[in-house]
This record gives sequence, C-alpha cells and structure tokens, in this order.
Amino acid sequence: MTLIEPGSLARDLDPTAPGFHSRSRPGPDAPKAIVVDHLRKRFRLYHERNQSLKARVLRGKNRYEEFWAIDDVTFDIRQGETFGIIGENGSGKSTMLKTLARILRPDSGNVEVHGKMSALLELGAGFHPELSGRENVYLNGSILGLTKKQIDSRFDDIVSFAGLEQFIDMPVKNYSSGMYVRLGFSVAINVDPDVLIIDEVLSVGDESFQRRCMEKFAELQQQGKTVVIVSHAIGLIRMLCDRAVWLNKGKIQASGVANEVCDAYIGSVHVEQTHEAGAGVARRGTGEATITLIELLADGQPADRLATGQEATIRLHYSVNGAPIERPTVGFALHRTDGVHVTGVNIRETGLAPVALSGVGWFDYVIDHLPLLAGTYQISGAIQDFLCAHTYDWWQDALRFEVVPGWIREAEGVLTFLGHWEHPQAKAIGPKRMY
Amino acid sequence: MMSSLVGAIKDVREGRELLNNLTLRELRSKYKRTALGWAWSMLNPLATIAIYSVIFGTILHGVAPEGNPSGINNFTLYLSCALLTWNFTSSGVQATIPTLVGNANLIKKVYFPRELLIGASVISWMVSFLIELGVLVAVISFTGHMVLQWIPVVLVLVFVQFFLVLGFSLALSALNVYYRDISYLSGIVFQAWMFLTPIVYPIESIDKAGNKHVFIPIKADIWFWHDFPVRFVYKLNPMVHYVTAYRNLLYDGRFPGVSSLVYIGVMTPIVMIFGWSIFRRMIDRVAEEV
Repeated sequence: MTLIEPGSLARDLDPTAPGFHSRSRPGPDAPKAIVVDHLRKRFRLYHERNQSLKARVLRGKNRYEEFWAIDDVTFDIRQGETFGIIGENGSGKSTMLKTLARILRPDSGNVEVHGKMSALLELGAGFHPELSGRENVYLNGSILGLTKKQIDSRFDDIVSFAGLEQFIDMPVKNYSSGMYVRLGFSVAINVDPDVLIIDEVLSVGDESFQRRCMEKFAELQQQGKTVVIVSHAIGLIRMLCDRAVWLNKGKIQASGVANEVCDAYIGSVHVEQTHEAGAGVARRGTGEATITLIELLADGQPADRLATGQEATIRLHYSVNGAPIERPTVGFALHRTDGVHVTGVNIRETGLAPVALSGVGWFDYVIDHLPLLAGTYQISGAIQDFLCAHTYDWWQDALRFEVVPGWIREAEGVLTFLGHWEHPQAKAIGPKRMY
Repeated sequence: MMSSLVGAIKDVREGRELLNNLTLRELRSKYKRTALGWAWSMLNPLATIAIYSVIFGTILHGVAPEGNPSGINNFTLYLSCALLTWNFTSSGVQATIPTLVGNANLIKKVYFPRELLIGASVISWMVSFLIELGVLVAVISFTGHMVLQWIPVVLVLVFVQFFLVLGFSLALSALNVYYRDISYLSGIVFQAWMFLTPIVYPIESIDKAGNKHVFIPIKADIWFWHDFPVRFVYKLNPMVHYVTAYRNLLYDGRFPGVSSLVYIGVMTPIVMIFGWSIFRRMIDRVAEEV
C-alpha cells in the first residue's frame, strides 16, 4: 500500500489551472465524515444456488466457501471532501459502498458515518410501476429518509429538475427508461444529505440532463457536502475528487490525492503491456556507440504515465566502448501506438550536438509542458553520425508510456497547442450572442 | 439481543414516515388494474363465508350455540366472527412471507429498517380486517343486536392481534429468504392450523368432555403416550383464544373470558419478541441472500 500525499500535482501547485476547484478543500485536520476502521466483509459462495430445507436437512449445513470481499480496510473521509473509490471489477468497491450505506453489515471492524447519509446506488429503486410519478416521489423520498413536509416543499424542484411536469400523474410503468431514471435521480439529489454516496449514476440521461446533474453536483460540493463516488470512469474521479482509495482484491492498494491514485491505478492496468513492448524491441546499428537505456522522467523520477501539460524529460543513456565517436547526433522519434508519427527531434537541429562522444553519459530532451493528449505512445531513440547516414544504434519503440488528461482537458486529436483563448468582448459568452 | 432490539425500535420509530408510505403503496397497489378494485377485499371473505356456511352449516348441519347474553342464533354470523379473525392471521402472515424476497431490489440498493416492509404489509392486512369487521358489526347491528359498546375492546384486540401476526410474519419472512420452502410449507401448516382452531365448530365441543358432540377428548392414547393431554395442547394455540374473544365480544355480546385474555396477553408478546429476534438474526445477511 502506498500513501500518496499532496504535492507534485499540477492542480495543487497552480490554483489558476483549469479544473482547480475554487472551494477550499478540507485539510487533514478537518472533522471526519466517514471513518472506516479495519473493515472486513466476508461473502459466501454457495456450491449450489438451490437453497432448500431438503438440502439443509440432508446435508446438515449448506456447503459454501467463504471469501473476503473487503479485507482489513482502513481509511477516513473528511467532511466537505469529494472522495473516490476506484478499482477493477471484483475489487470490492461496490461492497465497500454498500457497507458504507449500511446495506451490508461488516463481519468485523467498524464504519462510522457522521451526519445524514443518502446513497444513490440505483435510481428509482423502490418505484412501484403501478403508482403515479407523484406517489412514487413521496414513496421514494421517504425511503431515502425525507419527511412528508420536506417532500412537499421540494416537490416542484424535484419534478422540474427531472423535466417531468406533464407526466407526473402518470403511472411510472408508462415512463421511458430515461424518464424513470431522471425522476429517480431527481428525488435522490434533492434529499439534501450531509453525506452523499454515488455509484456510477452520474452517467444517466441525455446530455442536457447530465449537465444539470454536474451543476447540482458542483452545488453540493460548494455547500460543503461530503460526497463519495465509486466509478470506473477514472476521468470523472480525477475531475471531481479530492482524494481517493484504490481497492484491489479487497485491500487498499493506494490512497491519497485523487489524481495520483488514479495515475497509480492506470499505471498498473498498463504495466503489463509496457513490459511486453520492452521485450520485443527492435535494435539495429553498428554498435560503436550503444544506447544503454531510454527513460522517461517526471519530476526527476522515472515514469510510465504522464499528464497532459506536465513537465517531462526523455533521457537517453549511452556507452561508447572503443574510440570516441566524432560528430555524432542523437534523436528521438515519437509514435502513437496506432502508428501515428507524432514528431521527431534531433539534437543536430539545435547546434548543441557534441563534437565527440566517449565513455558513458546521457542526453536529456526536456519538455516543459507535454503537449500530448491522452493516449499511449512509444519512443524510439537513435545515435547516428551527423548526416544520419550511419547508424550506431537504433532502438525502435524502446519505451512505451501513457498520457492521461492533466490540467489541460482537450479531448480530441493527438496534441494540444498549449494555447489560450481570447475575445475582445470577453463577457459576451454563450452561443446566442456569439453568432 | 435486547440492546439490538432497542436500537431496532429506535430505527423503526424514525421510519414512521416510510412505514406510512410503504403501507400506502401496499394498499394502493393491491387492487390496481382490477375492475372491481377494493371490492375484492370484501368479496373474498364474503365468498369464503358463503361457501363455509353452506358446507358446514347447511350440508353438515353445523349448529351455532346461542349467543349469551345476546341471544343471536345464526351459524353464518357465528362463523364470520371467527373466520375473519382467522383470515387476518392466515392471509396476513402468508401474504407477508414473500415480502423480503419480493423487495430484493429495494433491499439491495437502499438502507432502511427492513422491519418496515413487514410492518407495512401486515398493516395493510389489518386495514382490510378492520373494514371487514366494520361490515360484520353493521350486519349484526342490522339484525337488531347491540354490539356497538364492545367496539373499543374489539379495536384493542385487533391492535394486539396485529403484533401476533407481525411476530409470525417477521420470523417466517426472514427464514423464507434462506429457505424458499417456507412459503409453500406455510400453505399446508395454515390449512391444518385452521381446523385446529374453533372456526367451523364451536369451542364448546372441546370444552364439554363427555358430551356426544365431543370429537376431541381431553386425553387420548397416542402411539406410546398414554393419557396424552389433547385439550391442553389444543389450547396452546393462541388463535383459539383470539377467536373465542372475538366471538364473546361480537356474537355473545359480552366481555371475553379472563383466561383467554391472559393467555393472549402472555403469548402475543412472546411470539412478537421471538419472531423479531429471529428476524434480527437473519437480517444481517439478507442483502446478500435475497
């Protein structure tokens, strides 16, 4: 288990960076909203699903195996914090969420929740198909812990948020699945809890409904509500969460600043691929000088994933065994894994190429702000003579690395120009006035 | 165990609002999409009463004792007092047994005190029972017999019986999550139980030993058990006492016998607490098992 403390992240250093939340994020001393203490939860795997008295009587006990879905997990969530839980399928994150929501009981350890909690594990759970939307709002609201008075006062908000004013007295079985989910979300988000637990539900509805959801969500964050999100969508966790835990096979693999936990998670998912790529490298050259290693460094540390906009250095280590090599040059080629040739750089172009190369040493290619957008890329490196006619060593696809969205969040294409927008009438935003 | 029950009581009290809404859900959805709607809740018992009156009254010449002091002498009314009472227990418990399994979707996704689901189902059956009783009281009054003064006692009795039904329902619905046989088994058990309760025959046929009507002796030789205390065992059935008490109130028009009331007062809390304990023990893993 690695503990990642705040520090190196662009968002932490640069408050003006897009994506930085203007609200103040709770520090380590903030009061706790949820304390999970050495939590363990065991599940039974029955050998036969057929539960019956006969089986019980004939065999004495039902045969089953046990496994720990959550195994000794300890963490806490601060009040006002947005907290992510990530992990692969079967890592125990949904079990964790259900345990937080009191749906499942821990076998040992403790979960303490301070304040009123609402869990959005499934939208519209408990809707009765034969009852009208109105009746279901009251039913669902009270399941989520609202009193009749509270629902009365929020009823109009709930209905207009869902956009179902015309259909509210219709039985919900006649609703489309989108309407059903929208009403469910609308009730749930209007519960106004101190602690909100969300499981993959922010991805419902059409685009305009999603936008309203995100606005509502930002509003909750601004109000200092504690939010716990479980999601596969790492981008979402990065964007919304302050801190996160990464669960793997029921144990905590990493916890700390959300962005870095996400990095660690994505790194592990791709680490196998990286090793595979390293095994099948293509080398050619006459070998008077050899490339001993090509590394990618971020903050002086080797890295195999970077965020767009981050500082990075490509370092090529060389070794010359025999006589010094006169007028060499060093270059890198960068390809995306789908074959797109992104760029080629060569020290020859800068006039900094050494007159001669001997012994061991390295060249650095320093990138102030990585312009690559999210994707997987490969670096090839070469040492050649100045005319690039003779190749001493060429290491094809020596290194593979991952780029994830950073404080620059452009989504399409290969790279960003690291530019910025200007407009003389800066206030006049919005499509209507622009055109 | 007691401390967990106290915690559960607190949970349930905080969930009153939800209990209301769940009950309304039960009541509203019960007869949705039926042409006759709520009339069904009347038609069912009426049909049963009609069938039983014909079979046990007319064909088998069942005779109802004369109401003392009311003087009513009518097999159908005599039958109705007991049958409606029995129906509350029987239908209430049997309809509630699949509640947890049927609400699996809700149980897996939201936390709330699970007792409320059971409570809502039982309350909805109590509402039906109260309506049926209302009609019965109206009919009895229409025949010129004064039973209205006993209505407060009847209401208290209904309230107490609610906890008996709730106790059985809690235990059996929780067990049904683990052993689905329970819902089928209960059909058989309740059928036998019905005839072990004095519904189609008067309790007097058991009380008056030596009488020619007696078909259940005080003592019997069963297999190896000489002098098996049949009547004693028969009277362990709490429904015997409920049925007797309702008949005393509505048919005889008098305050029920103290022994019946005492037995009801002792047995009902036992069933309730025992049932709830089983429920509490079973409920921990219910979200995993439904």
